Amino acid sequence: MNYIEHTGKYFAMLKQIFRKPQKWIIFKESLFREMEDIGINSIGITAFISFFVGGVVVIQMALNLENPFIPRYLIGYATRMSLVLEFSPTLMSIILAGKVGSYITSSIGTMRVTEQIDALEVMGVNSLNYLVLPKIIASVVFYPLLVTLGIFLGIYGGMVAGVLTDLISMPDYITGLRTDLDPFHFTYSMIKTVVFAFVIATIPAYHGYYVHGGSLEVGRAGTKAVVWTSVVIIVLNYFLTQMLLS
Amino acid sequence: MIEVKNIYKGFNGVEILKDVSAVFENGKTSLIIGQSGSGKTVFLKCLLGLFETEKGIISFDGRNYAELGIKVRRKLREEIGMVFQGSALYDSLTVEQNVMFPIKMFKNSSQKEMLIRVNEVLERVNLEKSNKKYPSELSGGMKKRVAIARAIVMNPKYLFCDEPNSGLDPQTSTLIDNLIHEITVENNITTIINSHDMNSVMEIGDKIILLKDGYKVWDGTKDEVFYTDNEAVTSFVYSSNLFKKVREVYTGNIKL
Repeated sequence: MNYIEHTGKYFAMLKQIFRKPQKWIIFKESLFREMEDIGINSIGITAFISFFVGGVVVIQMALNLENPFIPRYLIGYATRMSLVLEFSPTLMSIILAGKVGSYITSSIGTMRVTEQIDALEVMGVNSLNYLVLPKIIASVVFYPLLVTLGIFLGIYGGMVAGVLTDLISMPDYITGLRTDLDPFHFTYSMIKTVVFAFVIATIPAYHGYYVHGGSLEVGRAGTKAVVWTSVVIIVLNYFLTQMLLS
Repeated sequence: MIEVKNIYKGFNGVEILKDVSAVFENGKTSLIIGQSGSGKTVFLKCLLGLFETEKGIISFDGRNYAELGIKVRRKLREEIGMVFQGSALYDSLTVEQNVMFPIKMFKNSSQKEMLIRVNEVLERVNLEKSNKKYPSELSGGMKKRVAIARAIVMNPKYLFCDEPNSGLDPQTSTLIDNLIHEITVENNITTIINSHDMNSVMEIGDKIILLKDGYKVWDGTKDEVFYTDNEAVTSFVYSSNLFKKVREVYTGNIKL
């Protein structure tokens, strides 16, 4: 199957997903379950990675800005900018594409190969709407919170690393964080996050829903889903940056 | 009653079902038999609407499935119960939640009413004490019984079973067969079973249809199976010595 056919099938799938849920109470239950699986269960990894990456960014900045004519507070400024603009929304999304994307593909793919999706269809349930819509909403609602948490913990991690290693003083770091603050950068970060969250929920769902075969194919579909989700995130990141910042 | 008239279905240019016609009556258990690859599962999936046929008509009590709109089709599917080969229970839900799922999705019953109905059907399939268990904690036979309970919880008019006793021991197979047959008679359901288990044919086959290479080559009752000279039937049904002997005893060629 060629790329155009896959793209067409993907958009046809979206059309099926965005229908009114057949029963709101069941939709609400699924939504809360997905919030936990996709969102709450990702808090730990987000916090851990963000904290340490923030620390690494500060250490690298400090070691590369040794010129006495460059003010030290720029370390804080550069850390904030890299975390807000790129690390938290984009790299965090790629990490989550691996964690959450493989979960979505394998859970839906397993349902496909064990005929659970057929069972839903036979009952008269719109299986795409029932299975995927809660995942999309959970991702789109929860990821901005995760990315915001990632930004704060990254900045905090940077401060801890910088101050503990004596590379920058706390007042300098805070001055840097406050320098040239543009609220639109946060808006830009959140817009990117919402778009990436949509991609993280739908591309793996596509690969899981249309899998054929057995457990081996589900595994392969999971790998493909993570690769394609990451590729699409990188490409969209370029276009969104071009559109929103230039 | 389900009527099938001259249906054809193929994949990638290969014809799987060729000109298959059949009538399945209410209150009767009909068995589709045939070798692996004969088109049984495709036939069942066409009846279920999971595959669109290329030609032919499938009608449910006079309602031509192909002519129904999406909403009416979904409504019709509420009248269908299905027992899948691998049970297809939802892993993340308990037995009770699995059985309750169709009612919760399609009816506006209170929690209490739903629980009463769930307990009723679980009792019917002899699984009263398994409400809170997850599918992973059940044996193959128990999973099948939960799948039957889920299939009948909405009081369906049509019940489909895809190899309901595959992977089960003979005793449990007979239990499942009898359960399906009893439910069919009790509720006057049109039941269609895909099987290549000859025990099922002998036990519960009110009507038997043999598929071979996508064609319907024979149909009749379980008694007629014993007397037919149709080569396709004799070579398929009596491929084992045990059933050859059963036939000989049944038709009087051997006296016990």
